[in-house]
Amino acid sequence: MTLAEGVQLVSFGLLAIMVIGTALGVVLLPNIVYSAFLLGGVFISIAGLYVLLNAGFVAAAQILIYVGAVNILILFGIMLVNKNQPFSPVRRGWIRLFATGGVCLGLFALLATVVFGTSWQISSAVPAGDQATVLIGIHLFTDFLLPFELASILLLMAMIGDIVLARREILTDETPADAVSDALTLPERPRELVSATGETTED
Amino acid sequence: MGQGIDLQRSFVELLTQLGLPSGAARAIWLPLPMTLILIAATVSIFVTVWLERKISAAAQQRIGPEYAGPLGTLQAAADGIKLLFKEDIVPSKADPILFTLGPALVVIPVFLSYLIVPFGQNMVITDIGVGIFLWIALSSITPIGLLMSGYSSNNKYSLLGGLRAAAQSISYEIPLALSVLAIVMMSNSLSTIDIVEQQAQYGILGWNVWRQPVGFLIFWVAALAECERLPFDLPEAEEELVAGYQTEYTGMKFGLFYVGSYVNLVLSALIFSVLYLGGWEFPVSVSWLASLLNVSETTPWLQVITAAIGIMMTVIKAYLLVFLAVLLRWTVPRVRIDQLLDLGWKFLLPVSLVNLLLTAALKITFPVAFGG
Repeated sequence: MTLAEGVQLVSFGLLAIMVIGTALGVVLLPNIVYSAFLLGGVFISIAGLYVLLNAGFVAAAQILIYVGAVNILILFGIMLVNKNQPFSPVRRGWIRLFATGGVCLGLFALLATVVFGTSWQISSAVPAGDQATVLIGIHLFTDFLLPFELASILLLMAMIGDIVLARREILTDETPADAVSDALTLPERPRELVSATGETTED
Repeated sequence: MGQGIDLQRSFVELLTQLGLPSGAARAIWLPLPMTLILIAATVSIFVTVWLERKISAAAQQRIGPEYAGPLGTLQAAADGIKLLFKEDIVPSKADPILFTLGPALVVIPVFLSYLIVPFGQNMVITDIGVGIFLWIALSSITPIGLLMSGYSSNNKYSLLGGLRAAAQSISYEIPLALSVLAIVMMSNSLSTIDIVEQQAQYGILGWNVWRQPVGFLIFWVAALAECERLPFDLPEAEEELVAGYQTEYTGMKFGLFYVGSYVNLVLSALIFSVLYLGGWEFPVSVSWLASLLNVSETTPWLQVITAAIGIMMTVIKAYLLVFLAVLLRWTVPRVRIDQLLDLGWKFLLPVSLVNLLLTAALKITFPVAFGG
């Protein structure tokens, strides 16, 4: 075993332990903030696995998008929505826990049998290495153009939806009528809802 | 461009001649450049802190640090030792794990980014294909550390500061990435080495500043905002937030934030000089000078001189930019948070998109000048 192989083996082991450990932490910890931070750990360790697979570009994109954007948005969501509300214990909650555990174990067993039962075709192509970035670009603009554009339209729709939802005109002069129940909400100017069928009310 | 000095090959050859197997020789070589860069990055903090104090003092017509070492050069060391010996306090209701992890998560990505900073043809830790993209990706980890330390301090000012810092660095990352993308488009590569080589032909005239005047300004503004330098130091705006996410920190944990911010400033300056100021290139092309003097590019003494000039040029350019950042600190007032977000989203983002499209159009129209 050469030095490179040894390093690969050790880092694969470490990364695998990190992925599984942090993922279990995300699911099992009761504190949602810990879960969110550990989710970042999951994403980073998966990026490490991509590096081991010679996919540097995918690894960097994984860190940039999942850690740098998705995870931070989740954290923002948690930290800005400060509903300090303790969970009320559910009666017979253990049934749910065991049912979930059973389903997860069954799913794992199913996938494991599939993984071991299939004779995988191992690609003999030379890894693209540093040329991967160019190849990904070529694929995105030729044979994967339609999915790429569809994804961008989907994102655009989500963005416009966000703007519509978030754009509110808050009235600062009036005091809320029922200030006790909605302590954190401010009075808003009522908006005309955009009709889904495109009919206008003017005529 | 000729073959620059290749220390790794020479070192490995030397050790194999001494009877070591080549694998072992490589393994011995591996930690050397990493340690060297780590030491260089750490020393750069001392230089930057000294510069900051002295230039700030000059801007305010004071003398600045004077007694610690000649011209106050050891002041940063004194500060560091003070921080090391301070009591390490974790506030009683803070979250001890996240409170400790936060500063580390801020510092580690910054130091990791030094992987891709080239000081010469072969003087870079790794010339990986994703190069500059790795820097952008790594710098997007930092906000998580800021959020973590802001949240775990159990202090309203800290939480607000952390949220502000994260919002700021997310919103300025986009114009930063777009202006880098314009450069990448011109040099057809993400590798920092290729980006410098593409600027190397005509000396100072070939540098990207002339071809990307808008992108260069956007990058500088966005980089200052990413480093939380003064016109954009809202996360720690004293009169609003005490010290932002750093409020509860003392001792070496606070020191880590301090180290992180200065190393990040030097790193941004280095990347800036690589992207726009020709990296290790001398204002007059060294290979052209050599051919003028009839010296072959493979002459050993010329290679040593080229390498030395390369390192010096990179460092000089970077410190010129640090000087500019310090001057800006004392000339520009701090912006408000809404002005900051307006500048980022409503001005820099559209301008950098237009810059990107313009670069693409120019690249198709004038492939000679814009790296077709």
